[in-house]
Amino acid sequence: MTGSIVAILASTIRLAVPYSLAGLGGTYSERSGVVNIGLEGMMLTGAFTAVAVTNITGSPWLGLLSAIVSGILLGLVHSVVCVTFRSDQIVSGLAINIFAMGITVFFAWLLFNKTQIRAEGALHVPILHDLPGFAVLFSELPPLVFLTALVVIASHFILFKTVFGLRLRSVGEHPEAADTLGISVYKMRYAGVMISGALAAMGGAFLSLEHARYFVKGMSGGRGFIGLASMIFGKWTPLGSAGAGLLFGFGEAIKPYLPKVVPSQFIDMIPYILTMLVLASAVGRAKPPAADGIPYIKE
Amino acid sequence: MSKKVFFILIAVTLVFGLVVSSPALAKLKVGMVFDIGGKGDQSFNDSAYRGLQWASEKFGVSHVEIEPGADADRETGLRMIASQGFDLVIGVGFLFTDAIKAVASEFPNTKFAIIDGFIPDKPNVSSLLFMEHQGSFLVGVIAGLKTKADGKNRVGFVGGMDIPLIHKFEAGYKAGVAYAYPGCKIFSDYAGTTPSAFVDPVKGKELALAQIDKGAHVIYHASGLTGAGVFEAGKERKTYVIGVDSNQNQLGHIEGTGENYGLTSMLKQVDVALFLTIKDVVNGKFQAGVRVFGLGDTIKIDNTVYHGVYYAMDDYNKNLVSQEMLRKVTDAEKKILSGEIKVPEK
Repeated sequence: MTGSIVAILASTIRLAVPYSLAGLGGTYSERSGVVNIGLEGMMLTGAFTAVAVTNITGSPWLGLLSAIVSGILLGLVHSVVCVTFRSDQIVSGLAINIFAMGITVFFAWLLFNKTQIRAEGALHVPILHDLPGFAVLFSELPPLVFLTALVVIASHFILFKTVFGLRLRSVGEHPEAADTLGISVYKMRYAGVMISGALAAMGGAFLSLEHARYFVKGMSGGRGFIGLASMIFGKWTPLGSAGAGLLFGFGEAIKPYLPKVVPSQFIDMIPYILTMLVLASAVGRAKPPAADGIPYIKE
Repeated sequence: MSKKVFFILIAVTLVFGLVVSSPALAKLKVGMVFDIGGKGDQSFNDSAYRGLQWASEKFGVSHVEIEPGADADRETGLRMIASQGFDLVIGVGFLFTDAIKAVASEFPNTKFAIIDGFIPDKPNVSSLLFMEHQGSFLVGVIAGLKTKADGKNRVGFVGGMDIPLIHKFEAGYKAGVAYAYPGCKIFSDYAGTTPSAFVDPVKGKELALAQIDKGAHVIYHASGLTGAGVFEAGKERKTYVIGVDSNQNQLGHIEGTGENYGLTSMLKQVDVALFLTIKDVVNGKFQAGVRVFGLGDTIKIDNTVYHGVYYAMDDYNKNLVSQEMLRKVTDAEKKILSGEIKVPEK
């Protein structure tokens, strides 16, 4: 029984990583005032790039780095469309999701001649990996799990304890006031959206490079959207998003251990029901940044 | 303006970008639209593609394939091929049922074929169905015998999308395990309730790891690309995995140690069914209506005999399945054919 508890906890953490990273990404983006539903596509692109670059260069770390860069680039596209050209943020996000679906398959065929690509190499942490016990630990919880935890904690400090964080939040709450004080609203929003892309793509790299050890077409499977739910459930905070990610991961991890009395469809609905309850202010109060989703026109 | 151009570009990429065409010299033109997993899945779609390639080598038909990006592209893809005067248009998978019904009515002079979809009442549609429960029964027998031989008492099943088609695999497998090893416990989990449940190896791996944690000794997956994760879990935790649709035995092979955890695979001969369908069209003998391929349907092509559904034996798993076990599987096969064993479908 204790063995099963450990297994469920490990599974919870593994499943929570993509949700938490996407939720964290959404937090950066929306705190700066830009809605980013393109997280799903950024995650998928990251998943593909990680495996593709790993297999071509032989270096998983380079794969991870390239995945993050791919996310930043998609974030840049989203920023240009939504911040500079002030287009509809939902439409742009949706376009990124559809684009990612096509472009990953296109390059998968072009480079590897198949859509199911095995990752030839895994992230290896120098020194740590050779210490006794760590190899076992990393086989249960791959290195990116720990990096994710670090990123979550660091983000809490960045958003709430640094000047950069204050500025990022101010352009999402009251861009006019921030602008008056000499803060570049556009620059801060570009930064927020590009960081969100980097984090979502890192979540994708975790899926393909560390977890499944495969890239397959469309493998993000809606995790970017559950990430958005985590963000809302976590009330637009890094720790909250990560906590919500863990909760949703737990719901998924425990499912195989539950007796089959409750239909599985019902358990799948839980993240979304919780999110709607939060949005309807039934469980706590969710308050998005005041200027979230509203393009800013510089006077 | 720039946004419009962007969208048009995306639309064009989605619909036309993935069309692979071969030189149109031949007499017959065949178009194929793939299911969610797409070409290269080493499973269901690849089996369909093999049938197409096979026929094109044999009869010199030219072919075009489309890989739909999103749900709505399925019907668009079918209509695009049909409108270009192709002789035969194939939809790979049950998800095409509504789309083929619609497009087949619009193009009464074009012939259509659908795999796993039931369209009995159109004069220009051939529905190719399989008795997956029979093949699943046989791999269930192998799973049961292997588990018994190794002194274990639990096995697992990982399904893709939770739908009646996949329940057929599960039901046959459960009956097979129970036949070979009464009292063996069987875990069963599904990856989800939408088509993306067939392309989620992360979910597949987590479900398999949970079943292994509960003591599963063999896991049978019927989940398309999700199964890649099941094989990964099997290799990591040294647990046997049974593949599906195509021969996936090699997916359980660990490079380096030479160990193999691909116990066997349930073969669903989509390739053979399509080969026969294309052959019929070539000979002007297209049959509309429903055709069912089961264990008893043997087809001889180039001196090899294929069954509609079967199990895979090759170099990868010949040391895992003993002669003794194979004898018992053959027994079970005979009993199914004679009607002594009735394999349940749900």
